[in-house]
Amino acid sequence: MRQSLIPVLTVVVAIIALWYAAAVWLNAPWAYDKAQRAGVELSLNEVVADTWSQKKPKLPAPHQVTREIWKTTVEKKVTSKRSLIYHSWVTLSATLLGFALGTALGISLAVGIVYNRTMDMSVMPWVITSQTIPILAVAPMIIVVLNAVGIQGLLPKAIISMYLSFFPVVVGMVKGLRSPDHMQLDQMRTWHASAAQTFWRLRLPSSMPYLFTSLKIAMAAAIVGAIVGELPTGAVAGLGARLLAGSYYGQTIQIWSALLMAAALAATLVALIGLFQRIVLKRMGMAQ
Amino acid sequence: MMWLIAGAMVWALGWFVNVRLAALPKSRATSLLVPVIFGLTLVFIWESVVRGLEIQQVLLPAPSVIAARFMASTSILWQDWVQTVVKGMMSGYIIGCIAAFGMALAVDRFPFLQRGLLPVGNFAAALPVIGMAPILVMWFGFDWQSKAAVVVVMIFFPILVNTVQGLQASDTMQRDLMRTYAAGYWKTLFKLRLPAAMPFIFNGLKIATTLALIGAIVAEFFGSPIRGMGFRISTSVGQLALDLVWAEIVVAAITGSAFYGGMALLERKWTFWHPSQRN
Repeated sequence: MRQSLIPVLTVVVAIIALWYAAAVWLNAPWAYDKAQRAGVELSLNEVVADTWSQKKPKLPAPHQVTREIWKTTVEKKVTSKRSLIYHSWVTLSATLLGFALGTALGISLAVGIVYNRTMDMSVMPWVITSQTIPILAVAPMIIVVLNAVGIQGLLPKAIISMYLSFFPVVVGMVKGLRSPDHMQLDQMRTWHASAAQTFWRLRLPSSMPYLFTSLKIAMAAAIVGAIVGELPTGAVAGLGARLLAGSYYGQTIQIWSALLMAAALAATLVALIGLFQRIVLKRMGMAQ
Repeated sequence: MMWLIAGAMVWALGWFVNVRLAALPKSRATSLLVPVIFGLTLVFIWESVVRGLEIQQVLLPAPSVIAARFMASTSILWQDWVQTVVKGMMSGYIIGCIAAFGMALAVDRFPFLQRGLLPVGNFAAALPVIGMAPILVMWFGFDWQSKAAVVVVMIFFPILVNTVQGLQASDTMQRDLMRTYAAGYWKTLFKLRLPAAMPFIFNGLKIATTLALIGAIVAEFFGSPIRGMGFRISTSVGQLALDLVWAEIVVAAITGSAFYGGMALLERKWTFWHPSQRN
């Protein structure tokens, strides 16, 4: 961990440096344009200073985005419509609901697939096919249709998150529930264990490492689903709505701050699952 | 009511046939037939529920209506398909694969990059990259270039991470053997490490197929010329022409499955030696 700290920091610093350089490169034409119309010559220093402080830059500099995030999280009241925390909460609640639904659906499908041969043969191929359908492309329709039926708010977004997050759980859990080898299954049989006992005491515990790995992927997918689900609701609330509103009005700083907030949210949630995984596996005596 | 009963009966019949088929020893025919029967019963249930409960066409069109619409508007669908899939998705997929692959070779060559870039890459692979779409549309304009850019950004890290992992798949013994043959870096790369990395690379390529299609379609929601699958979906939803939307979805599903299946076939052909390909 410690020996990779310096390389990681180097890469991060390099990315930020590149970001500043790209901001100069992308925003310079507009700076020159302005100067030409005002009839002034710009020195290199002035160009750089201008590209890092434009109001609607093509690429905002990191410090502009940081300031915007600070302004919209700390300095705004949480209940305000302009607070990024409020919008993050809207997205987070849809993500968590969708994630919970997706995990439940995924685990129950996996149990059915492992225990029922017909289900294995008929459902499994369709589970895989279902993911080649770009559900995100269908998201607007699902939202509009559910809206017409009278289902609004959290649930439509959560359904899209669910659709995206159930797949990794099914695949991981099927693999995990099948991971006990013949020797272990035979041992359970010699102990005259019932099917339920085999499930609770052998199959379920040995599937845990697989489950947690898939949960991390599912969580990342659930956030994407919630964000895309917010796009067609007419930019009301949520990080996706901030993205859309920002792209309508050319507010690039707002887009980037929403994007970074979404990234931070995703990273935090995935890290939380990782932490939970370490605790659970340690208590089960499976820590590596 | 008749439709609902018919639907339930077809479902029961299909399930019964599948149970019977599944009990037979597994063969190529049964493992193909069972999912097909399951899918057909699902479509029939959809049709019968829509007709039986008299659900309005603007909410959920019946499969027969969608099929009719599909047949009637093939020219629009073809035009959209060319715009989104051929221009946007394929060019982005190819550029993204080459970029990620080159980066992976560099990362593999320099351990410093590997230790620094891989954690960042793993982190980036979990991020909602699709959020970059509005920014890229702003940079590259409304036409297919911006869609290709979104696809590149979406598939870059999954392919990078998988390729780097694959390049480490050959073990020390094999590499030592190459050294005793006096093989240099490039020779070892081409004769040993790239072939050994193929299963991992294909894993990345397969994940990237669906991501690429999603990226190309969703990017069109943020601005596009007046053709393209994402454009058609978002405008038709606004006009409540849901049968056309579903026709586009069918096209997308077929494209996605064919793309994924094609990759899987290539994988089978090129990595036939890998344990996961043996039956």
